[in-house]
Amino acid sequence: MHENIFDHYEKKDKSSLIPLLQDVQAIYGYLPEDALQEISDYVGLPLSRVYGVATFYNQFRLTPLGKNVVRICRGTACHVKNSANILYSVETELGIQAGQTTRDKLFTIETVACIGACSIAPVININEEYYGRVTTKEIPKIIKKYRSEVQKETASGKVTEGVK
Amino acid sequence: MVELTINNIKVKAEEGMTILDAAKSVGIAVPTLCHLKDLIPSGACRICSVEVEGQRGLIPSCAYPIYEGMVVETNSPRVRVARKTIVELLIENHPQDCLICVRNGNCELQDLSEKYSIREHRYKGEHKDHAVDISSASLERDPAKCILCGRCVRVCGEIQKVGAIDFINRGFTSIVSTPYNKGLNVSDCILCGQCILVCPTASLREKSSLKTVSDALNHRKKYTIAQIAPAVRATLGEEFNMPLGTDVTGKLVTGLRRLGFKRVFDTNFAADLTIMEEAHELIKRITTGGTLPMFTSCCPGWVKYLEQNYGDLLENLSTCKSPHEMEGALLKSYFAKKMGIDPKDVFVVSIMPCTVKKYESARPELNVESLTEVDAVLTTRELVRFFNIAGIEFADLGESEFDNPLGESTGAAAIFGTSGGVMEAALRTAYYQLTNTHLENVDFEQVRGLQDIKESTISINGLDLNIAVVNGIGNAAQILDEVREGKSKYHFVEVMACPGGCINGGGQPIHQKIDKVIERMKALYEIDKKMLLRRSYENESIKKLYAEFLGEPGSHVSHEILHTHYIDRRKTRKIVNPK
Ligand code: SF4
Ligand code: SF4
Ligand code: SF4
Ligand code: FES
Ligand code: FES
Repeated sequence: MHENIFDHYEKKDKSSLIPLLQDVQAIYGYLPEDALQEISDYVGLPLSRVYGVATFYNQFRLTPLGKNVVRICRGTACHVKNSANILYSVETELGIQAGQTTRDKLFTIETVACIGACSIAPVININEEYYGRVTTKEIPKIIKKYRSEVQKETASGKVTEGVK
Repeated sequence: MVELTINNIKVKAEEGMTILDAAKSVGIAVPTLCHLKDLIPSGACRICSVEVEGQRGLIPSCAYPIYEGMVVETNSPRVRVARKTIVELLIENHPQDCLICVRNGNCELQDLSEKYSIREHRYKGEHKDHAVDISSASLERDPAKCILCGRCVRVCGEIQKVGAIDFINRGFTSIVSTPYNKGLNVSDCILCGQCILVCPTASLREKSSLKTVSDALNHRKKYTIAQIAPAVRATLGEEFNMPLGTDVTGKLVTGLRRLGFKRVFDTNFAADLTIMEEAHELIKRITTGGTLPMFTSCCPGWVKYLEQNYGDLLENLSTCKSPHEMEGALLKSYFAKKMGIDPKDVFVVSIMPCTVKKYESARPELNVESLTEVDAVLTTRELVRFFNIAGIEFADLGESEFDNPLGESTGAAAIFGTSGGVMEAALRTAYYQLTNTHLENVDFEQVRGLQDIKESTISINGLDLNIAVVNGIGNAAQILDEVREGKSKYHFVEVMACPGGCINGGGQPIHQKIDKVIERMKALYEIDKKMLLRRSYENESIKKLYAEFLGEPGSHVSHEILHTHYIDRRKTRKIVNPK
């Protein structure tokens, strides 16, 4: 189905590796294993190199994103304000670790370096919303909000699944 | 020529040389880790740092070219401190288990620690915690012991052009691994072990079969037989401080008998047999319009590569089993019958220069009457360990002869262990099979040596035989692509996965001495030259074997016992479970 992506690039041109990875991710939201193999064949680089590049850059994901992406800032200011504990409590609440997606595909946890709101550290960001000066105590409540939103949507028949 | 000063010594060196090489040329040693001769420098480890007048920072000497008037200091206090710190940091990230490590005594990290007199732990590093990849039948990968020098990645990618492993992730979590961290057995790896030969630590190592072998030797009912590959006799002495290229055949036989093997045979016998079958197959293909070019099949690394990447060209592979498998097959049929032993009790151990042979011996189709042909494979290195455990002073051993009938061989078999050897041996016999006359000058200089691809046209009785010898799997693709496109002019192509052939196999002694491949090669040609018989068909035991058992080359019995088939593995890589 992504034949058309390849049309934009020369075969065996190693320099098209990163643009190709970006294109595939734009379509799927992540890099599926089969796609990496196809890219490897197309650009003429071993799969190990393609995989190496895909895991080197933060912009690439190898697993699909959940419906809600929880980003925990691990920048300096937040670190000083105990963002490690915040991360830990989000992980505990969702039962997964940073970089992973829950089984029901509702949540993904990511860590980021400085969200750019140091004055309200520690900061977390879920989808479009920002939560400043968060405490570990608030985490379950915040997460619950997103859970119940999904339930509402499901009840009204709007959304039945996580992203793709 | 460029003139420069290194450590107050005036040095004249060629333009374009690196500081490292210029220093070496006047006997100044600079330590290296990520550097690999003949490859473009990566400058990753910085252990080779030196001071250059006029430059503020330290300079990686392996990556920096010399210039006129340059003033270099390779051993200033500042350089020493920097190097020592690098080594200390590497050590702190490393498991502290030298005492029980397979590379204890032959580890570049240990050497550096000793060289810089590191006597305390000044840093407290986080240790990496990774599972050892034991998925393949031949190799183990232990990322905890990896110091990320990248040598394996470069050998696998740039020399072997397989690219099974690479750096994945980044920062502290960066490791060398296979895609998706899956096992080597499902990767592109062909198990050649070239990465082991360059790894400075024990992060890459063979999967040991020592225990299996010593159990068999202690088993009352097992009739244990050892066979020795052509290339092992030219290298094993190195591990006992003998000069490069010492032929230790006689001592090896003595040593193996002392370990308790009931019979010690020679894989060279089966190499002669391989030639009989392979030359016959080649002539048959040429005269009856069979698939050409025919590829040699004695290197299992090459066979695995073809199956995984060019599964559409399996027809081109000779159906001959590799020599040690032929030997095993005969031991469990012809020999067992002759001796009146139950073939089930025969336990065959191959002493090989090769890591892939472990995998090969586990291939299910390589069996004779449903019995595995070869029960265990020990690399040259493992045999050395076995001798040491058994208290055998190898250097002091006397010489003995192989047992018979599967121990006799000709010079043609001896050169199997080097690139071009199988081709040369086959030509000597093919000539006879085509003309019924003996070839006068048996030396085919044009297929010897270390070039990537050696090609030639040999005229035999009006037939122009186009041949090519591929030295190292990294040079195979271009010839294979031609064959795929139907443009190949060759009749016969030899491929050996390891650069130089089995003398440089992944199971051979580990050290970075410069002329090792050349010297080992010379040793094998020397053995060949000294032999009275240098053409496989002159081997008396082979003649007898055909008369008593096989009939003639390519006969029905031969096909049953000495030939095999291959599998297209382009889709799935998983095949053989470790024994
Ligand atoms: S064994 Fe050979 S193919 Fe496999 S990783 Fe090592 S160098 Fe590469
Ligand atoms: S496995 Fe060995 S050769 Fe490869 S990067 Fe690690 S230490 Fe270097
Ligand atoms: S060249 Fe020899 S040592 Fe290397 S993989 Fe082939 S058979 Fe094994
Ligand atoms: S460090 Fe967290 S917002 Fe800047
Ligand atoms: S050896 Fe020069 S940087 Fe590693």
